[in-house]
Amino acid sequence: MAKIELKNLSKTFGSTDVIRNVDLTINAGELMVFVGPSGCGKSTLLRLICGLEDITSGALLFDGVSMNDKVPSERGIAMVFQSYALYPHMSVYKNMAFGLKLANFSNKEMEARVIEAAKMLQIDHLLDRLPKQLSGGQRQRVAIGRAIVRDPRVFLFDEPLSNLDASLRVDTRLEIAKLHHKMKNTTMVYVTHDQVEAMTLADRICVLRDGNIEQVGTPEELYSHPKSLFVAGFIGSPKMNFLTGDIAVKHQCHTLGIRPEHLVIDHNDGIWSGEVVHTENLGADFFLFLDLGIKDPLVVRLDGQQRIPLGTQVNVRPLGEHLHRFDNNGLPITSTANSETI
Amino acid sequence: MFKKHTLTNSPISSLQQQKQRAAFWFLAPMLFVLLCVAAWPLLRSIYFSFTDTSLTDLYGGEWVGFKNYLSWRTLSSGRTIYSGTLVDPAWWNAVWNTVKFAVVSVTLETIIGLMVALVLNAEFKGRGLVRAAILIPWAIPTIVSAKMWAWMFNDQFGIINDMLLTVGLIDHKIAWTANLDTAMLSVLIVDIWKTTPFMALLCLAGLQMIPRDMYESAKIDGIHPIKVFFQVTLPLVKPALMVAVIFRTLDALRMFDLVYVLTPNSTATKTMSIISRENLIEFDKFAYGSAQSTLLFAIIAVCVALYIWLGKLDLNGDQS
Repeated sequence: MAKIELKNLSKTFGSTDVIRNVDLTINAGELMVFVGPSGCGKSTLLRLICGLEDITSGALLFDGVSMNDKVPSERGIAMVFQSYALYPHMSVYKNMAFGLKLANFSNKEMEARVIEAAKMLQIDHLLDRLPKQLSGGQRQRVAIGRAIVRDPRVFLFDEPLSNLDASLRVDTRLEIAKLHHKMKNTTMVYVTHDQVEAMTLADRICVLRDGNIEQVGTPEELYSHPKSLFVAGFIGSPKMNFLTGDIAVKHQCHTLGIRPEHLVIDHNDGIWSGEVVHTENLGADFFLFLDLGIKDPLVVRLDGQQRIPLGTQVNVRPLGEHLHRFDNNGLPITSTANSETI
Repeated sequence: MFKKHTLTNSPISSLQQQKQRAAFWFLAPMLFVLLCVAAWPLLRSIYFSFTDTSLTDLYGGEWVGFKNYLSWRTLSSGRTIYSGTLVDPAWWNAVWNTVKFAVVSVTLETIIGLMVALVLNAEFKGRGLVRAAILIPWAIPTIVSAKMWAWMFNDQFGIINDMLLTVGLIDHKIAWTANLDTAMLSVLIVDIWKTTPFMALLCLAGLQMIPRDMYESAKIDGIHPIKVFFQVTLPLVKPALMVAVIFRTLDALRMFDLVYVLTPNSTATKTMSIISRENLIEFDKFAYGSAQSTLLFAIIAVCVALYIWLGKLDLNGDQS
């Protein structure tokens, strides 16, 4: 169990600032997800926490103890790599036990730990195999198992699902969520560029952009109350519609945001009208793309099976309480809009 | 060469047949060249070794069977006299010299080469320059480096003697290349100096194939670097190392140029190639030299086969 504190943490590579004065507290036992587009510094931040990169300035504390000068093995961490980083010439058992050998465990204790972890991940029948004889999902489980046997204070995941195919990704995501419920005492930090992974797994999410924290909060907070245009656009799938120009001005803002699921078709009171230019039928969901005469089409989410031919003129109405208004700096406007103009 | 007769029976094979025919014609020029420059000379040498051909009369040789390899006659006194390469002490001396040279040089070159490769694989400023610079000994033609080292080893004016005397490690000048005790050492030093960069380069290519994640994972587990080297780096670089070693072993077993220039006519360094050339050209024992060439070929073939076989066994051992 460890509470992780990042105080004014910075990292520069040469003249490039990768992490800029980051302040963040990760509570003990929490699963914190770092999410952001590629190059935002999320992986670097993780590598600073685990000690694979040196901290340029600022402090990193585990339970109040500075970790700045501790080597990775002294930090009580375990990491799951995107590439799994399994040793190809060692059996699954050896892979899992390799890190334990040093820690002065007796052979018996080591075996017990490996088998326990293997059972937990349902890979106990694969212990004699080599990594190349395993599927991608099984390899990832071995990588997770290798981290579990070390019984870490802090469990780090660096994009662990990126190399898996879509269906396996969902399964493994569930496994990781289960793992988090089982290992209540272990603080977990999880890096991903996939906001769905972030939303489904996280206790709290930290959205990063250009080495800065954009917003930290629970998935609900980020979804309902994004603190910037960037977060509003990044969280949620399909992404939030952003309307500028006359429509935004009517709502006394620079950019008006509305999620596809917060639009309803209303032929009488619909305030926005557009032609259907594209539709996507996902079975459970149906997405309408309306041309309002602005740059991007307005995406509307409808339930279930629909039959709306292209070219149909549709009126839609936003659910007022779900409108997000942003000023020209991309920051949210909190005062309520004058409802008469709507 | 290709299974035409088995394919003509099935109708679906016409495309495959076409492909095989095309493949054959693409390969034909190369096969022809190989037949001319490799297979023909080899077979002809082997044939010569069973005749009494001499250099002055290449086409007049007559079949003599295994006489060049081993023959014997019994004198009236009842004593049996053996002759032929297989009982020639000069030949076995050359075999021993070659094997000794190959084992020592390849072993040291591999170890030093791997060490150099580990250094070059680390990140530091000017790495590109060092990588290029380290290849210089290998890029110098052997004849040049051999002459260069011959001067450095010179007993009267050589810098090696001068340095060792100045430091006080020796109390008199040593004739490095002429002295039977030091001739092999000299050859080994020059060969290691010259060929280690090549080994280092092959090892470096192998090292660069190892993903960085492996090392990072080991670092997080707190595994000692030496243990990481023996348990992670070495097994992973082994396939590349095996190829490098087989290249070098082949090279070392047919060692000729360096010895020919640095220590000519020294029994301490005469290799199989040297002695067979001596017989072929200088002593006008053409057939006898051919027999030695044939044996050299056989020894190299056996070494390579053994090496590949043992190497595979080892790989299987890893998997169990």
